[in-house]
Amino acid sequence: MTPLRLTSFTAASSMGCGLEETLDALQQQRSGLAPCNFETVDIETHIGEVPGVDATVLPEGLRSFNCRNNRLAQLALMQDDFMAAVASSAAHWGPRRVGVFLGTSTSGMLETELAYRARDPATGALPTEYDYAATHNSFSVADFVLQALHLEGPAAVMCTACSSSAKVFASAQRMISAGMIDAAVVGGVDSLCLTTLYGFHSLQLTSRLPCRPFDVARDGISIGEAAAFILLERPAPRPDGGAIMLLGTGESSDAYHMSSPHPEGRGARASIQQALTAAQLAPADIDYINLHGTATVSNDSAEDLAVTSVFGTRTACSSTKGATGHALGAAGALEAVICALAIEHGFMPGGLSTTAVDPKLNLHYLRENQRANIRHVLSNSFGFGGANCSLIFGRPA
Amino acid sequence: MPAMTPLTAYIEGIGVLGPGFADWPSAAAILAGEAPYVAAATVLPLPLSLPPAERRRTGGVVKLALAVGFEATTRCGIERSTLATVFSSSGGDGLNCHEICRVLASSDRQLSPTRFHNSVHNVAAGYWSIAAGATAAANVLCAYDASFGAGLVEALTQVAVERTPLMVLAYDTQYPEPLNAKRPIPDAFGVALVLAPDARGTSLAKLTAMLSDSGAERMSEPQLEAMRASIPAARSLPLLRKLARRESGRVTLDYLRHARLALEVEPCS
Repeated sequence: MTPLRLTSFTAASSMGCGLEETLDALQQQRSGLAPCNFETVDIETHIGEVPGVDATVLPEGLRSFNCRNNRLAQLALMQDDFMAAVASSAAHWGPRRVGVFLGTSTSGMLETELAYRARDPATGALPTEYDYAATHNSFSVADFVLQALHLEGPAAVMCTACSSSAKVFASAQRMISAGMIDAAVVGGVDSLCLTTLYGFHSLQLTSRLPCRPFDVARDGISIGEAAAFILLERPAPRPDGGAIMLLGTGESSDAYHMSSPHPEGRGARASIQQALTAAQLAPADIDYINLHGTATVSNDSAEDLAVTSVFGTRTACSSTKGATGHALGAAGALEAVICALAIEHGFMPGGLSTTAVDPKLNLHYLRENQRANIRHVLSNSFGFGGANCSLIFGRPA
Repeated sequence: MPAMTPLTAYIEGIGVLGPGFADWPSAAAILAGEAPYVAAATVLPLPLSLPPAERRRTGGVVKLALAVGFEATTRCGIERSTLATVFSSSGGDGLNCHEICRVLASSDRQLSPTRFHNSVHNVAAGYWSIAAGATAAANVLCAYDASFGAGLVEALTQVAVERTPLMVLAYDTQYPEPLNAKRPIPDAFGVALVLAPDARGTSLAKLTAMLSDSGAERMSEPQLEAMRASIPAARSLPLLRKLARRESGRVTLDYLRHARLALEVEPCS
């Protein structure tokens, strides 16, 4: 496939707001996870909450979009001059030639959960001020971002659970390749809500402790929240030697089970191989793999089989979910930003919270940061329903 | 600026289910003016394609998507397990969402695991992949009222770029109260189109798409226009009418606030 340039990117997660804080947390191996005291949630677990979300004010004219998810989106948009980069891209290509493709799993679900508590006792009606389209609906975050960035290109929200904001890269790549658009704002925004906290708890998939990906005693995820945005552009005719590029994408379905991965990682392996083929790279060309690594027993063992079947056991791998928590529909975009920082700053982030790597897992799991000259990284994202996506980022030759 | 690749695809199979529409042949007869439209609530069939244990867990949105998906791939010459898919819906499973919110607003917040896994927007795609044994990419979109257009744009770009056949499905079901008052969708409607990059002996029509500033075409019959305007997946009706009448020419469909989708339709022999 034709590589696309990551012209600008930013993220807000429990590790920090913007690239400087994110990079500092990664380099200092600082986790954003803390015991859960979110809203009225009474589950013993750790979460990755983004500070400052509720203090964020939406721009004038877009206040109807006010909900935790869109406040989190706005908080990230304000970092790293991202909006200025988009404005400059839109001025160059035209606002109709810049698309918006974002991933989320629950969008503004929290707003609906709160509205149900405030139902009219007599009629059962939701509060008058509750705005379904601007807050609850999955598309609300894309509609908000379109308007906040004054863009007029094609737009959609991708909802494949935990691979949502990885798959938007493939979607945008196809639109640019087909000539529909020349640039796209891709990313993911997913915010804490009761549905995911109580839902993953009901499946016995949340850990009491900070999640421990690939650990012998791993026992579930830590739910996080994040917003991450990336401006993808058709590259200039001559390749820009310094720019980080999206080099390959791969997508597959497990066709196995709604909430468990295929035990041998069949779909994961297919998406990894497709991404390598699209990037015209061999497994040995990949310097670092940012794993999906949720810290559930089944994900990590299936992913281990998929990764080692393609790469063997020498490629350095880690999951950054011990630092960020599992940002669900925003995880793919957040981890894309982490991969871009790893390439730019020449280091491989070690996985936090893991103390003893499961001896039954064979991939080369990094627990400490390692300095390295990184050319190519692979990032895996796998979702409920068996929706897999692998992305390759790097600096082309 | 690079030239825009024409977004062209050939329709290989159609599935429809909605109020008064039992399947594509009967819907086509109505849309072609050969049979009267008789309003009737949508009947969602049991998804017999799923193993019994899975079948019991499925909600309306899965039944609807699987029904139109199986119809579209039954009268088509492409093996369904090989198709990539694009699913698009303006909301998830409305009843399931209501039940989750009701439980979370109560004093006992124990969610059922089945409720939770049915709450993901890609639940229909997950069950489709299991029922059809489809391991290719499944993309699952939401674009509120623009969901049919967004699904078709995603599908057509994928066919144009990957040069492989796929199926696009758009479907919506209604919410119970109190959400229905905030998002009134009168009944369930689903449509599925199997698209291929090149003409085959069995192709039904050629589609070429571009973005447009024109207004969206309406349905002349008031009941069908009400359906088009109130159910996002039924924004496809003007296209389905053209296909039913085997007419060639342009049809403009509703899409985003700032753009419509213009389609050149050309029936194949």
